[in-house]
Amino acid sequence: MSFDASRRRFLVVGTGAAGALLVGWRAQAQDDLPYLGARDQSQQLTDFVHIEANGALTIGARGCEVGQGVKTDLPLLIAEELDADWQRVRVEQLPYGYIETDSGPGDRYGNQGAGGDATATARTQLRQAGAVARWLLVQAAAQQWNLDATTLRTEAGFVIAADNRKLAYGELAAAAATLDAPPNPLPLKDPSQFRIIGKPARTVDAREVVLGRTAYGIDSYLGNALVAVIARCPYPGGTLDTLDDTQARQVTGVHRTIVLPGPRPDAPFDGVLAAGVAVLADDTWSALRGRDKLKLAWKPDPAWASDSSAALEAKAMALLADAISATVVRNDGDFAKAKKAPRTTTLTARYQLPFLAHATPEPPSATIQVSADKVVLIAGLHDPAGASHLLHAITGVPRDAIEIRLPRAGGDLGRRLHNDFVAEAALVAKEAGKPVKLVWMREDDLQHDFYRPFGIHELTAALDRRKHLTGWSHRVAATPRTWRDSRLAGQPVFTGLLDADAFPAGLLPNLQQLFHALPCGLPRGELRGGAQAFQAFAAQCFLDEIATATKKDPVVLRMELLGAPRVLRPGFDTGRLAGVLRIAAGKIDWQHKPTNGHGLGIACHAGNGAYAAHAFEVSVSGNDLVIHRAVCAVDAGRILNPLNLEAQAANATLAAVSAALHEAITLKNGQVQQHNFPDYPLLRMGQAPHRVDVYSVDTGADPASLDDIVAASAAPALANAVFAATTVRVRKLPLMPELLRLL
Amino acid sequence: MADNPFRRTKPEPVPPVAASAGEKTLPLRINGKDFFHNGDPNMPLLWYLRDVLRLTGAKYGCGIGACGACTVLVDGKAEHACMLPVKALTHRDIVTIEGLAGKDALHPLQEAWIAEDAIGCGYCQTGQIMAAAALLKRKPHPDDADIDTLPNLCRCGTYPRIRAAIMRAATAPSETKK
Repeated sequence: MSFDASRRRFLVVGTGAAGALLVGWRAQAQDDLPYLGARDQSQQLTDFVHIEANGALTIGARGCEVGQGVKTDLPLLIAEELDADWQRVRVEQLPYGYIETDSGPGDRYGNQGAGGDATATARTQLRQAGAVARWLLVQAAAQQWNLDATTLRTEAGFVIAADNRKLAYGELAAAAATLDAPPNPLPLKDPSQFRIIGKPARTVDAREVVLGRTAYGIDSYLGNALVAVIARCPYPGGTLDTLDDTQARQVTGVHRTIVLPGPRPDAPFDGVLAAGVAVLADDTWSALRGRDKLKLAWKPDPAWASDSSAALEAKAMALLADAISATVVRNDGDFAKAKKAPRTTTLTARYQLPFLAHATPEPPSATIQVSADKVVLIAGLHDPAGASHLLHAITGVPRDAIEIRLPRAGGDLGRRLHNDFVAEAALVAKEAGKPVKLVWMREDDLQHDFYRPFGIHELTAALDRRKHLTGWSHRVAATPRTWRDSRLAGQPVFTGLLDADAFPAGLLPNLQQLFHALPCGLPRGELRGGAQAFQAFAAQCFLDEIATATKKDPVVLRMELLGAPRVLRPGFDTGRLAGVLRIAAGKIDWQHKPTNGHGLGIACHAGNGAYAAHAFEVSVSGNDLVIHRAVCAVDAGRILNPLNLEAQAANATLAAVSAALHEAITLKNGQVQQHNFPDYPLLRMGQAPHRVDVYSVDTGADPASLDDIVAASAAPALANAVFAATTVRVRKLPLMPELLRLL
Repeated sequence: MADNPFRRTKPEPVPPVAASAGEKTLPLRINGKDFFHNGDPNMPLLWYLRDVLRLTGAKYGCGIGACGACTVLVDGKAEHACMLPVKALTHRDIVTIEGLAGKDALHPLQEAWIAEDAIGCGYCQTGQIMAAAALLKRKPHPDDADIDTLPNLCRCGTYPRIRAAIMRAATAPSETKK
């Protein structure tokens, strides 16, 4: 991180609040998620701390809050180094911060992606912002008292002298605001000095949420914005054939309709997702009634017109039987030779995963005003920088005249990585010449998503005469994530579905991973868990099948594979994975198997520096699966906010359980068959375990994002528990319909 | 001078909607106040609340009564606002999340939700609280089986904390349940 002389112009007195202190600093562009932070690698400026003369202290939250806790957790980092009184800190969401710098366009507040802030680099950046603010306040106090700054300390919003004289931050703000920031990055606290980091902190805006005062994107109103709903082509890649909007336009409150062309064939999905006809009205109800009155005919894309889940399944099986078409993901040793070694037996199983929808609680929505020289957007976004680029491309308005406000968003799970709804809203508002609030209905959302891909895994184990694992083959036929995704352009075809380093890679001498691309017209995208969850379900269920076949304990088998604690490669320490596995086994009381028809199941996974293990106790009663106990052990490095970590681990567990039990998107005649929650059922209160017991290990290691890894180990642990309870091995998700079919 | 980023995040003032009686109007009583609707009598309460009154605490989630994000109390019972045409609601007592708290204090459920940090993305929580409020009216001391019957969906998976919050509110000392 470097600082230069120009920094001082960013130390300013806040408008309208005499004596306010705002701290800004210049930081090198950080190395973030490749597609989130990579667009602007210039110098970045960030302003996060605002102190007024009356002592009011505001900390800016830069990431969009989608339920992952960034609005609480990131300000904690700043407050820690600032030695603020956390109970009195006010947190405000920052808008997307675009800035022109000497070296080109930049992100004023650093990475504002909803998922990109768990990194050690990001944490250091934000702590530095707090440290600079504190340093300025200390210098101001030193000048006022005529004391050496090094004799002063700070605590809970005060600078304190050796003789215990105190000055509140508010009293020092005006003087501090006139000082130059330190020329070099400041040393940060040693973890032993932390007063705020590592302590439980509740959601900062919980009160507004429970009072119903939080305005989500869908709750935003801009001037006299019209409400827009869109009838979209139900066929992926299809086009509008005929339109008669006469009756729609006669509905009271309806203003007009606007035709939106779909994405260009075969081009990346960087704009709208589907062809559509927008209906604009005074209110949502009128718009919906107008949409019902549209007379529409759609033309399917001939390439995908006959897509069906049954055909995809057949095609996948055919691909798995054909070794030639495969892309090699990883090839250690010689699996074919290991398989053919004398007195070697093999075990093969196939696991099938369906398309999944995000079904964010708040469906996509965007409120927007487009004029010749200004754009205002209010929307819950995962990638506001991407939205800024997109709006510039659509409207031609310079990026520094595009204002993006980031309200709390009703869920994400990766859906908001895409800004297709922003593109729709911008195109409609531009054409209409009026502000527009675009609202998606649930049917729109389930029918038009970037779905978690479909795939069939074929796993084969080679076992020597002592039943030791000597070879592991993992072949996958799946609809690639990379298809028409510009963020993954140039990446190998299996990116986002297979991680060449995923467990148990590196732990066996002969291991191969092969990928077969399965063509399909449905748009695909990232869904929490990503490649880790896609892969771990098959691998962790298969390990249990090997344990059963070799009469080994599933925990012992995993421990043997992990072997001695060691760092196998950066981000994978076998000891840390064994650690969480041991905790999960201990807490579910693995040694004492229930004899009352209940079953215990366990699984573990690691990736990107995070480690998780799950254990469940379940029973099947009639048509219901009862989850009696759920244990989740996680190690995601240094813990920032244990209360939020517990929430994230429990939530990711239950979201994964929901997906595993009931969720599936299926295709027939080239169309998605699901429309709303009755045919895309989410987990309910009565189906969820009463508690998820989360045990977190704080090894002090670099912090890592835990969501994907927790999402990965939950589903296989559940399937393994179902097997223990029923002796039925479910190899196809969603689990419940398949289990009831097999029972 | 660099502009103050915090100044731009202030919420837009919401224009107040005047309650006015007129011809062919439907009288509605919401959160103890009288409103008169002169639009489409078939408009579901949800869109009346949100688009006309701009009471946005009741959320849209499915539009077919399947998720509970729009739960309100009608004569003390939990109902899905997306399923109720306003014409069916004259002379009914409607309470939305905005009307749940007392004048000086939050409803015990709201306090409990904060205490248990049952938030997640927060989108479904207003509906969850209203459904729980109806449950507590019906059964002031619910057990786990009662809570299991709550139909509201939570995509984030905050069910365990919601359960804990309901239990906490039900056992909160000397507080009057609304």
